[in-house]
Amino acid sequence: MQTFSSNFLNWDVIQSYLPDLLAGMWVTMELSAIILLCGLLVGTGLALARMAQLRLLNVFIIIFVDVVRALPPLMLMVVTYFGLPYLGLRLTGFAVACIVLASVLAAFTEELLWAGLSTVSVGQYEAARSTGLTFLQMMGSVVLPQAFRLIQAPLASRIIATTKNTALASVVAVPELLSQANTAQGYSGNASPLTAASLGYLIILLPMVLVARRLERPREAA
Amino acid sequence: MSDFVHNFFNLHILDRVWPLLLTGLKTTILLSLVIVPAGLAIGLLMALLQSLRIYALRWTVVVYVDLFRAYPPLVLLIYVYYGLPFFGIDTDAFWSVVLALGLNTSAYFAEVFRAGIEGIPFGQVQAARATGLGGFQTMLYVVLPQAIRNMLPDLLSNVLESVKLTSLASVVTLPELLRAARLAQGNTVNATPLIAASLIYLAFLWPLVRLTSRLERRTLTGQR
Repeated sequence: MQTFSSNFLNWDVIQSYLPDLLAGMWVTMELSAIILLCGLLVGTGLALARMAQLRLLNVFIIIFVDVVRALPPLMLMVVTYFGLPYLGLRLTGFAVACIVLASVLAAFTEELLWAGLSTVSVGQYEAARSTGLTFLQMMGSVVLPQAFRLIQAPLASRIIATTKNTALASVVAVPELLSQANTAQGYSGNASPLTAASLGYLIILLPMVLVARRLERPREAA
Repeated sequence: MSDFVHNFFNLHILDRVWPLLLTGLKTTILLSLVIVPAGLAIGLLMALLQSLRIYALRWTVVVYVDLFRAYPPLVLLIYVYYGLPFFGIDTDAFWSVVLALGLNTSAYFAEVFRAGIEGIPFGQVQAARATGLGGFQTMLYVVLPQAIRNMLPDLLSNVLESVKLTSLASVVTLPELLRAARLAQGNTVNATPLIAASLIYLAFLWPLVRLTSRLERRTLTGQR
C-alpha cells in the first residue's frame, strides 16, 4: 500500500510537474475546441452539399466519409504527419491533429446528419418553402433544428469520442496533457503524473458524458 | 509524378516490406480476436447484472460505463503499460493492450446491451414469466433474441471501433499493423508502407463501414 501511494499518488512529484500538466491540459482544451468547431461545421456543410444532388460531388463525399470512418484515426495521423513530408509538405503536429481529427468528426457528422435530414418529412420542407423562406432560411430555422434533435444522442457520443482522441496527438509530438504526463513520468520514474493526467481528462470529459446520458434518455412519446 | 509514385506507391519497396506488414496484420487480427469477444462477453454480463434491478449493482455498472466512456483509451493503455511494473507485475505489451482496450470496449458494449434489453417492452417479460419461464430463461429465449436484432447496428459499429482501436498498440511498441508500417517506413525512408497499411485497413474495414451505415440508416428511418 505504501508503495502504491508513493508511486501513483505522490503529491510531491505531481506538484513539481504541475505547471507542465496544466499547460498540457490547456493545449488539450484548445485542440478540442478547434477540432469540434471545425469538424461540426465541415460535417454540416458536407451534408448540405450532398442535398444538392450533384452526382460527382456526392460520390466524392461518400468516399471521403467511408474512408475516414474505416481507417483508425491514429493511422490517418501517422500517414499525414510522416507521409506528407515526402511531398515536401511538413505540417506541425498540432496542425496534423486538427486536420485529421476534424476530418473524422466531419465524416461522422455528415453521415449522421444526412440520415437525420432524410428523416425530416417532405411536408416540412414544402411547408417551409411555401411560406416564402429561402433555402438557407428553411434549413436554418426549420429542417436542421429537427434533424439535429433526431441525431443528438449519437452526435454527443461522437463529440466525446473526438475529445478523447485528442490524446492521440501525443504521438505526433503535440505537448498536450497525455504527452506532458508521459514525459513527467519518464523523468520522475513515478506514475503519479499519469494519475494526475487521468484526473484532468475526467474533469474535462465526465461532464460531457453526463450530458450525453441525459440526451440519450428516451423522450416521452408525444 | 514519378517522384510521387516512387515515394508513395513503390512496388519494389512494397515487395521488401510485405512480410513485415503481414506479421503486423496477424497481430492486429489476433488482438481483435481477443478483445472483441472479451468485450462482448463482459459487456453482456454487465448489462445482465444491471437488469437484475439491484440498486447497488446497477450503480456500479453505471459508474463503470461512464468512467470508461470518459477516459481516453490511450491514456488508460499508457497507465497500464507503465504503471503495472510499479506493482512488480511484468507487463507484456500484448496483454497490456488487451487489458486496457478490453476495459474500454466492454463498457461500450455494456451500454449497447443495456439499451437493447431496456428497449424490450416489459409486457414481454411478464408474458414470458406468466407462461412459467424462469428469469434466466426469459432473458435467454424472449428478451435477448429480440434485443439483439435492435442492437445490431450499434454492436457492429462498436466492433468496428474496437478493431480500429487496436492501432493504439503501436504506442506501446507492439508490432501490429500500424507499428509495422512505421518501422518499414523508417527502414526504407519511403511512405509506401504507410499507404499499404492504410489500404490493408480499408480492405478489411470498409465492408464493415458500409454494412454499419446501412443498418444505422434503417433504424433511424424506422423509428418514425
